[in-house]
Amino acid sequence: MMKAGESAVISGFTDEQLSIKLLEMGFLPGTPIRFNFSAPFGDPICVNLSGMDISLRLDEAATISILD
Amino acid sequence: MAQPRKLKIALVGKPNAGKSSLFNRLTGLNQKIGNFPGITVDKRVGFCQLNETTSAEIIDLPGIYSLYPRTLDEKIVVDVLTDKKGENYPDLVAVIADATNLKNCLLLLTQLMDLGHPVILALNMMDLAAKSGLGLDIKKLASQLDVPVVMINARQGLGVEDFKKQLLKVGHASDKKVFQPESGVVAALDEIRKHFGLATEYEAFQYLQQPDNLPFLKPEDRTYLREVAIRHQFFPHKYQGAETIHRYGFIQSVLDAVIIKSARQDWKGVSNGIDRVLTHRVWGYLIFFTVLFLIFQSVFALAQIPMDAIDRGFAGLSTYLSKRLPEGPLFELFHSGIVPGIGGIIIFIPQIAILFAFIAILEESGYMSRVVFLMDKVMRTVGMSGRSVVPLMSGLACAIPAIMATRTIDNWKDRLITIFVTPLMSCSARLPVFTILVALIVPHRQVLGLISLQGVALMGLYVIGFVMALLSALLMKAIVKSTERSYLIMEMPTYRMPKWSNVGLTILEKTKTFVLQAGKIIIAISIILWVLASYGPKEVMEQARQVVKEQTKDLNLSENEFENRVAAYKLEHSYAGTIGKAMEPAIRPLGFDWKIGIALVTSFAAREVFVSTIATIYSLGSNDDSATIKDRMKDEINPETGGPRYTPAVGFSLLVFYLFAMQCMSTLAVVYRETKGWKWPLLQLAYMTVLAYTSALIVYQVLS
Repeated sequence: MMKAGESAVISGFTDEQLSIKLLEMGFLPGTPIRFNFSAPFGDPICVNLSGMDISLRLDEAATISILD
Repeated sequence: MAQPRKLKIALVGKPNAGKSSLFNRLTGLNQKIGNFPGITVDKRVGFCQLNETTSAEIIDLPGIYSLYPRTLDEKIVVDVLTDKKGENYPDLVAVIADATNLKNCLLLLTQLMDLGHPVILALNMMDLAAKSGLGLDIKKLASQLDVPVVMINARQGLGVEDFKKQLLKVGHASDKKVFQPESGVVAALDEIRKHFGLATEYEAFQYLQQPDNLPFLKPEDRTYLREVAIRHQFFPHKYQGAETIHRYGFIQSVLDAVIIKSARQDWKGVSNGIDRVLTHRVWGYLIFFTVLFLIFQSVFALAQIPMDAIDRGFAGLSTYLSKRLPEGPLFELFHSGIVPGIGGIIIFIPQIAILFAFIAILEESGYMSRVVFLMDKVMRTVGMSGRSVVPLMSGLACAIPAIMATRTIDNWKDRLITIFVTPLMSCSARLPVFTILVALIVPHRQVLGLISLQGVALMGLYVIGFVMALLSALLMKAIVKSTERSYLIMEMPTYRMPKWSNVGLTILEKTKTFVLQAGKIIIAISIILWVLASYGPKEVMEQARQVVKEQTKDLNLSENEFENRVAAYKLEHSYAGTIGKAMEPAIRPLGFDWKIGIALVTSFAAREVFVSTIATIYSLGSNDDSATIKDRMKDEINPETGGPRYTPAVGFSLLVFYLFAMQCMSTLAVVYRETKGWKWPLLQLAYMTVLAYTSALIVYQVLS
């Protein structure tokens, strides 16, 4: 699990249905991703993906596998 | 002389890419909002002249990332772009891309190329791209894609003329095809292409992938497509993911070739800095609630001046008409039915315009997506989503545009709950009722030197409405079952200064929608109500003058006073009055008499009618012609107690009733359209009526 400010590389997805939406947005395996910050109650979170800021719920973010 | 030519152009692109700015630039005020056939999504169409002989009809489509839709808005785009026989099928498609994030804008472009659409790519936000240090070889990009590419800055209008010129030159579809079906699918695609006579392989792939999202297909077509899918062992999800990865592979190779200089990582420094404050755990909420408070204040304070002017204007018009038109039923219809009916719509325009101005500014600046981000967790605990915040806020002005704004919520359950509870937010039509009742029962006093007691009461009503909306949502969450997933994957746009002309056009659009949607119904209802309140059993109505004369012969009334009493007598014995009297046993436990019953009947369809009905009813007891409605209500005596009719118990009971009751035909009509059936509007009506009745009952019984 990543902490705010950390970066990692996407390796794959654990949820097929959701992965389609994530792929379309540009969450591609091999792309670096940075955890920017989370909302006040810890959910949702904001990540940076090749220059874009994208918000995700925690359970959505949890379906993205990463390589540290 | 060349023949005059008309081009149909669709604007597409991801959300916040600048489609609407470009649309406004191209068409200015020359736009209209229509409906797509059969569904209720607004269709924004505008016109512009490209050169002497060619004009363009431009359709602004909702934002999408790809041809695989999830929300209602997105489904429209796919329908328009794939239905070749549809009336909106474009001659060419303009893809508006955010130049600072080219990669995921090109996904849709490659899909459109494969569908065989002639396309043009407009790179928007070139100013931001330049600021970020990005360097692009535009010529190479155009040749690699075989698509014309134009650089624009839609907000400042740069490059728009060039864009228009390029539109004229787009003749053919790109020769480049990105789609490469996997070997297992080719046979199925061939079969579908032959069956439907389709021009491109990708079109056949779309038919196979998502027949349910293509509304123009006939049921037998769908059956056929399902049969083909089973026979060829086709699994949509697997191929859809593979397609996206393949497309991004192509896009990356193009970008590698055309990017001369990459963007710096730190160019969003300011925007990120703002985010640290606006999404902070303490400051974030504090700022959001301050913004809400400011909006609230402005909606009421600023709107008051134009509203008063409109009110006076229509009163003047009524008087003017009464002098000009010959007396008779037609005159009465205009004077008491149509003119006040129209006035009743126009009077809400200032509040609606101001509220939507704020919402447009919040959206334009990029703050709204932060509000969604901040509120998502909270809203989810009551069964809604962060995206429900905008509809709920809009509900403070008017539930009609608010319910239409729920279309951006992708999950059906979230959307349904939002639609269901939005009418509990106190809309501007409740305000005149609140104002008069609060003024009547809450003392005009300051507490702690500053705060007005009446203001606190008014604020309290809004809070109660909001809390009830949340509680009702919680109830719905437990009852409505859904397995559909809800998403909150969304881009957070970079903060920008709002573009004022866009704000202006949004106000215009929303106000127009309100006037047209609500207007039709309110006018129709005003006429029906006028009939109900002006006509009754024939003999009784004919004798009215006689009876009143008999009753008042010792009172030595002026002509005006006499006429007022006749009017009140007629109202009492009209059909509306008869209904009000029949209702009395049912509403007595709430503290209401038959006069209030009449007002409940007349405000069934539009709650704001309460005030004008009360004004007519109480013209009875008034000996002073200039007395305000408030004074007349204050003087009203309850014959059973001998004390005033409007005790605090009755007043609060009435306030609570108006706070929770549906009393808006236009809202029901919109809910009917948005939920495609009578089930939800009727449930909503029943729920809110029961809620209003029970709450008013409790309030009256406890207080009296």
